Amino acid sequence: MGASGSGKSTCLNVLGCLDKPTSGAYLFRGVDVGTLDMDQLALLRRHYLGFVFQGFNLLARTSALENVELPLIYRRVPSVERRKLALQALADVGLKGREKHTPAELSGGQQQRVAIARAIVTKPQMLLADEPTGNLDSAKKTEIMRLLVELNQARGITVIMVTHEPDMAEFASRVVHFKDGLVERDIRGNA
Amino acid sequence: MIWSTILMALREVRRNTMRSVLTTLGIVIGVASVIAMVTLGRGATAKITADIANMGTNLLIVSPGAERRGPTSVVATALKLDDARAITREASAVADVAPTANRSALVVYGNKNWSTLITGSTNSYFSIRGYVVSAGTTFSDADLQGGTPVCVLGATVRRELFGTQDPLGASVRVGPVSCTITGVLASKGQSTFGQDQDDFVIMPLAALQRRLAGNTDVGSIYVSAVSDKATDKAKQQIEALMRERRHIVSGQNDDFSVQDMKEISKTLGSVTGALTALLGAIAGVSLLVGGIGIMNIMLVSVTERTREIGIRLAIGARGHEVLLQFLIEAVTLSAMGGIFGMILGLGGSFAATRALGIPFTVSVDILVIALVFSASVGIGFGFFPARKAARLNPIEALRHE
Repeated sequence: MGASGSGKSTCLNVLGCLDKPTSGAYLFRGVDVGTLDMDQLALLRRHYLGFVFQGFNLLARTSALENVELPLIYRRVPSVERRKLALQALADVGLKGREKHTPAELSGGQQQRVAIARAIVTKPQMLLADEPTGNLDSAKKTEIMRLLVELNQARGITVIMVTHEPDMAEFASRVVHFKDGLVERDIRGNA
Repeated sequence: MIWSTILMALREVRRNTMRSVLTTLGIVIGVASVIAMVTLGRGATAKITADIANMGTNLLIVSPGAERRGPTSVVATALKLDDARAITREASAVADVAPTANRSALVVYGNKNWSTLITGSTNSYFSIRGYVVSAGTTFSDADLQGGTPVCVLGATVRRELFGTQDPLGASVRVGPVSCTITGVLASKGQSTFGQDQDDFVIMPLAALQRRLAGNTDVGSIYVSAVSDKATDKAKQQIEALMRERRHIVSGQNDDFSVQDMKEISKTLGSVTGALTALLGAIAGVSLLVGGIGIMNIMLVSVTERTREIGIRLAIGARGHEVLLQFLIEAVTLSAMGGIFGMILGLGGSFAATRALGIPFTVSVDILVIALVFSASVGIGFGFFPARKAARLNPIEALRHE
């Protein structure tokens, strides 16, 4: 948690191997991420991480199914299995029957569910969410948060989420507060 | 991976149908014009070469007067029948000789008249020039010796004067001479230069000289060499013989010329070949312009899809995989342009060759060159935008609006 500009998104980018720390070290599975090049970072993201963004970031004019299949293409999963896994992931986020819809034909909550399905279809160890509820109304916010909690509890996926809304933070088991680029408080056992 | 990237590229191309079609248009026009130009050029070359071959590739023409280069003019002594006889006798590489003389005259039959060329020659003329008598006969030895006023009509003259009537045995007036028709020639059609090769009347040389020309001059001598390969030798022999007969000492200019059809055909062939290359090169420039069009659109596309590239990078695409995707998109566009251009170019040149009456041949080499060139245009001009996409920073790309 933290106000805008407090460094929470930058922290998430470092944790998500999208960015490298300018000083200090970040060990991911025992590897110092700062020493890796762009391609190696891409491979880390491909195999261990999933991303959900505030703006959904789905490919426009592309069906939900194809959006979810995308990370599997880069993992070189054969097309038949790709389809199976993508359909399963969409069913898991409660979007059965919407596979052929393009993002423009889906509501904000549904788009975010597609994004979550895309993030979890590769069975990542860690799911990084940057203000995933930022663009949704309160009913949808709760819906998305329940889904993330369920993924954490049922599948053991570590979910790291950035938010500035205290009621969203209520769902987390550990809350780290940022202020001016520094960790202000670290509260464990929240929920 | 490659396959799914190609599928992705195709989907991208289809998603923006209008833009893709317009982008491709440059390549389509480029490839089509290269193929059309080269096909037409080669067709024309083939036509010219075939026409000259039709006149006889082993044909030589001996004419009085030097080949004129510059303002020098040599007063030429006319050729005589004896020259033709000497060539027949002396030149071993010569197969057949036809001395000819020409006059133009009005030919009259009944109430119809036709102004045409009257050629006086021997029966050798028919075989050397490749004319076939379709009805009647050629001249008898007595006719040739005695200069009897008989004639054989070219197909055009026959049509103009007789229509559907049978001309054999009829009498026409050729200038002041009344002439009996012994035969009619089969049509040879137009020559390369659009001349009607059937618009003439042929009679024995002696008859023409005596009754129309009033002298014993021979205008030119048609000579056929024993084979295609012997033309050079025949030409040398004739030149040597003629210099001797005309008392031309070494160092003095010839006052006659020997033209070799094979040489003319070669010269014409190289001229049209150069023209074809020139036209092809000009069309090639339009292909280059088409390539720049593709680069332009790909650059726009990269900017427009920055966010998409960010997403791909975030979920684990490596730089070179993004590069490959954009490169394949560019190549797909240019290759599709190449294929459509090929179809258009072949279709267009087929129609044009039909309209111009020149042979249509598909030259595989130029098809392959055009396709390979258009695909390389895709790679060449697609690389820069693709590299731009691959080098994007994922965080910045995702933030891009």
